[in-house]
Amino acid sequence: MTRAVQYVLLLGVAAVFLGPLYWLVTTALKAPDEIYQFPPAWWPSRLTWENFGLAWDAAPFDRFFLNSTIATVAGTALKVANAVLTAYAFVHLRFPFKNALFLVILGAMMVPGHVTLLPNYLTVATLGWINTYAGLIIPGIGSAFATFLMRQHFRTLPREVTDAASVDGAGHLRTLWQVVLPMSRPMLVTVVVITAVEEWNNFVWPLIVTNTAEMRTLPVGLLILKDQEGLSNWGTIMAGTLIVLAPMLVIFFVAQRWIVGGITAGAVKG
Amino acid sequence: MTALGETVRAHPDAPVRPAASARPRPLREYGLFALMVAPNLIVIAVFAYWPIVYNAYLSLTDWNMIAVRPTFVGLANYARTLTDPAFHQTLWVTVAFTGLIVAGSLLIGLALAVLLDQPLMGSRIVRTLSFAPHVLSGAAVATLWLFVFDPGYGLVRALLDPLGITAPDLVNSSDGALFGLVIVYLWKNAGFAALIYLTGMQGLPRELDEAAVLDGAGSWTRFRRVTLPQLRPITFFLLITTVIGTFQAFDVIAVMTGGGPGDATTTLSWAIYSEGFEAFDAGRAATLSMIMFVLLLIVTAVQARIMERRMHL
Repeated sequence: MTRAVQYVLLLGVAAVFLGPLYWLVTTALKAPDEIYQFPPAWWPSRLTWENFGLAWDAAPFDRFFLNSTIATVAGTALKVANAVLTAYAFVHLRFPFKNALFLVILGAMMVPGHVTLLPNYLTVATLGWINTYAGLIIPGIGSAFATFLMRQHFRTLPREVTDAASVDGAGHLRTLWQVVLPMSRPMLVTVVVITAVEEWNNFVWPLIVTNTAEMRTLPVGLLILKDQEGLSNWGTIMAGTLIVLAPMLVIFFVAQRWIVGGITAGAVKG
Repeated sequence: MTALGETVRAHPDAPVRPAASARPRPLREYGLFALMVAPNLIVIAVFAYWPIVYNAYLSLTDWNMIAVRPTFVGLANYARTLTDPAFHQTLWVTVAFTGLIVAGSLLIGLALAVLLDQPLMGSRIVRTLSFAPHVLSGAAVATLWLFVFDPGYGLVRALLDPLGITAPDLVNSSDGALFGLVIVYLWKNAGFAALIYLTGMQGLPRELDEAAVLDGAGSWTRFRRVTLPQLRPITFFLLITTVIGTFQAFDVIAVMTGGGPGDATTTLSWAIYSEGFEAFDAGRAATLSMIMFVLLLIVTAVQARIMERRMHL
């Protein structure tokens, strides 16, 4: 294949991945008369922000944003804390039947999340957590895969260093916080990144467990907006979609290195 | 082999050597272990293991989620489901959907990886671009594509119309909707497969390829006979994870088609949701959940077997 053909292919690939995003941004910035004309205007003749105002008026995006942020930050913090504490305990502490217990934790990876929806909904209802942050967050903070990654990593740290800390009189929690974690920063970043991306994009659980606009997260709020606008107000819907996608897009292009690294490392090490 | 000066470390699972001062009372250590592990273990027990037990029980009952208690009906739900033509359609849609997405992601991913592996200007940017959709919200991506596919003012029509082609309806027609979903999932996930393949390709030793060049093998032969076989573990990994992920795919289906039109895009994952949360038929939703659980358990077990065998080599 000649270089020229390769460049044409490369451009084609770029167009395929950029095209829909370009279509999204330009539609969100178009006035209605230009959205509904055919053939379409490839670039809006007049940039307008009115679609964003309409979307914001149609649904409480500030609440969605707040809820998504709370769920992502709290969910990620609790899940990673669980993973780190569990992994440390399994590497550095004695306990009867430790290996069997670890298999119990790993086995949770065999349970497909989608299969747990109905029972978890019923459990959360029994606990009185429907439409609460607890219901939104807590069912997701158990961690098998992240625990596995952290444990594999802790095992590679030289034993001499943790032993030295305990000779110096540091307790386990201090050793973990001041010795083990600082040595584990890259793995910690990986685990935080994969968890946070998952939490932010989570859809089906927040859809089931919340039932008022005040408790919806961004992806679910967008579905509500779409259903209420029907399939006609494309300007409003595209503006809402852009509001939902923009934060992640910006974060992705800024922190690309860590996100790509985290997700591929998380994938390949599984 | 141990390099000179490197300390030989005991197997990490070997009992920890009591360090000088601090390990006298095992009970205290047991207590600390329990405290550190309990939160994780409790959440896992309640929200990962208990659901399987609960599903197994509910699948033997008839319950509308309002009545005080479920009515025990034995295996009736299974008997009804397994002989139900609607369930056969659901299974067929799930298999077609999964097959198309798995084959598509692997083929497109591999082709993309080969292209991005060339020393071309801008290939890093294209790699980033193709990966970006993977981290975006499926619900938002689906909403975006609804407008791309819009038969009146969408991008697909805008591109095909000048060529004299009538744009297919990829959302509302029963023939097109499944393909519409597949296109969106491929757009979202092919870049991920490409990146995994690319990482794998760049980690391969050059010697084999160079030897093949000396033997006069052309680039296609080298790709087929040298590169591809070495990528087999990666292909296997992507195959398994894509099957498991696609079986549970939900957000794009929920936003784009809601399982329709009719039952044209009703996959097992959509059926679980609609039986449980639209029809409020807990027994049937639980039965479908158990079926999905068993199917995915088989996939996972095969994966575990093969991974284990490879690790012992």
